[in-house]
Amino acid sequence: MSWEKHDILERSPMLMFIGVLIVVSIGGLIEIAPLFWLRSTIEKVEGMRPYAPLELAGRNIYIREGCYLCHSQMIRSLRDEVERYGHYSLAAESMYDHPFQWGSKRTGPDVARVGGKYSDEWHRVHMIDPRAVVPESVMPGYPFLAERKLDYKNIEAQLKTNVSIGVPYTDEMVENAKADLETQAGKNTADLEAFLARYPKAQARNFDGNPDEITELDALIAYLQMLGTLVDFASFDESGPNLR
Amino acid sequence: MAKENAKTSGNVETTGHSWDGIAELNNPLPKWWLYTFYATIIWAIGYWIVYPAWPTVSSYTKGYFGYSQRERVSEDLARSQAEKAVFRDKIAAADLEAIKADPELFNFALAGGAAAFGDNCAPCHGRGAQGAAGYPNLRDDAWLWGGTLDAIHQTIQYGIRAEDDQTRMSQMPAFGKLGMLKSNQISDTAEYVMSLSGNANDEEAAARGKEIFATNCAACHGPDGIGNQALGAPNLTDQLWLYGGDKATIVETIANSRAGMMPAWAGRLDPATVKELAIYVHSLGGGQ
Repeated sequence: MSWEKHDILERSPMLMFIGVLIVVSIGGLIEIAPLFWLRSTIEKVEGMRPYAPLELAGRNIYIREGCYLCHSQMIRSLRDEVERYGHYSLAAESMYDHPFQWGSKRTGPDVARVGGKYSDEWHRVHMIDPRAVVPESVMPGYPFLAERKLDYKNIEAQLKTNVSIGVPYTDEMVENAKADLETQAGKNTADLEAFLARYPKAQARNFDGNPDEITELDALIAYLQMLGTLVDFASFDESGPNLR
Repeated sequence: MAKENAKTSGNVETTGHSWDGIAELNNPLPKWWLYTFYATIIWAIGYWIVYPAWPTVSSYTKGYFGYSQRERVSEDLARSQAEKAVFRDKIAAADLEAIKADPELFNFALAGGAAAFGDNCAPCHGRGAQGAAGYPNLRDDAWLWGGTLDAIHQTIQYGIRAEDDQTRMSQMPAFGKLGMLKSNQISDTAEYVMSLSGNANDEEAAARGKEIFATNCAACHGPDGIGNQALGAPNLTDQLWLYGGDKATIVETIANSRAGMMPAWAGRLDPATVKELAIYVHSLGGGQ
């Protein structure tokens, strides 16, 4: 291109803007857009389900407190990571995450498969004062979580919001959101069976050692205890179409 | 002015832009830079051919090398498994005493156990196995459920009060919460418990607590308070306290009970790793 023609672009901000837009769009179209239609993007797995209401509330607290700033939820397919944290993370495991919590910054360890690794009591003590159990920890304490009652009056609306962006909550799940949340926190044990039918593999109990009320700590521990536990890896095919 | 400047720079053409007599020269790019740039373009084309690169309608181009990061990590893991298998197969097959007697296996088990401990056990028991309030110190001679190789192995396999059929299970009653003892009785019992390790402040209260202890506590902790490892009942006569040996903590323990929980590791770790952990923990100093 001769200099005179380039002059036209340089002298018209609007034209320059459109030109930049076209160039950047090409990159986006090739790198991002295909992920929405390629069948190989998300693996076919057994066991994934949307978050149960209490877990979702806990996830919101995880995001509110900025846990993602120090903890990633993505085990990369590298030997050292798989040996330390467990099976590498699958795209399917974060398909109901809005937004996802992959992260690339690890001041603390990855928590993609922290579910079941520690006891509820450990989590309770660790959240209130991390150095009570891990003396070398630099994590701040979150003692207020144990004192704050969980505000879940909007839980139905939160489920509906997730539905609107493609999370397959059924009408039944939305209707029972509040009751399900209380059931999982160890109240209304009568509904336990129906709750477990809606959310298989969910763990229902009082998580924070305080059976009298549902606190934010209940929700957060419920969320942490289910992380990475849903996919049935016995039925996961590690070869063929699931290779990347 | 602009033209004059251009001349002095050796006849390089200008872009035609001139501000206050300062002209912009249109120098060519350095050759080394330009050719490096062309080389990266050629490299990119080669990359498209041999590595996964372009999306297609239903899939993507796999590339001539057929590279897959997931396949690579599976191979890496299989290779490291195979390298360790020389020892780990022997560890899985041998019984614990035999591993301890074989220096080569013993050293391998210690190293493997230390690595697994750092990842799985250290969060509660501490990096150095020194424990924390509610989580036993594994370096001392006091054992809740037994400090022999086999006892440690069983505890690691099935956990304590864990979700496992063979888990170690016992439950101290919450004497206060269940209304079995009144608060002054609990206070007296606490004084007696403290007197067992020579820490009583109030001999009179301790004497009153002695009888309460005999009827309520001695069944598990023994008439002399030396504990019972079959029930995970701690020895109350030593100076080691899991939750704390001050009056307030002991009163809380008697009133509300304690139920420390340790997960069962048999399902999470493979049998060889569990054995390595048992060897490692046993070697820390308190092994019997």
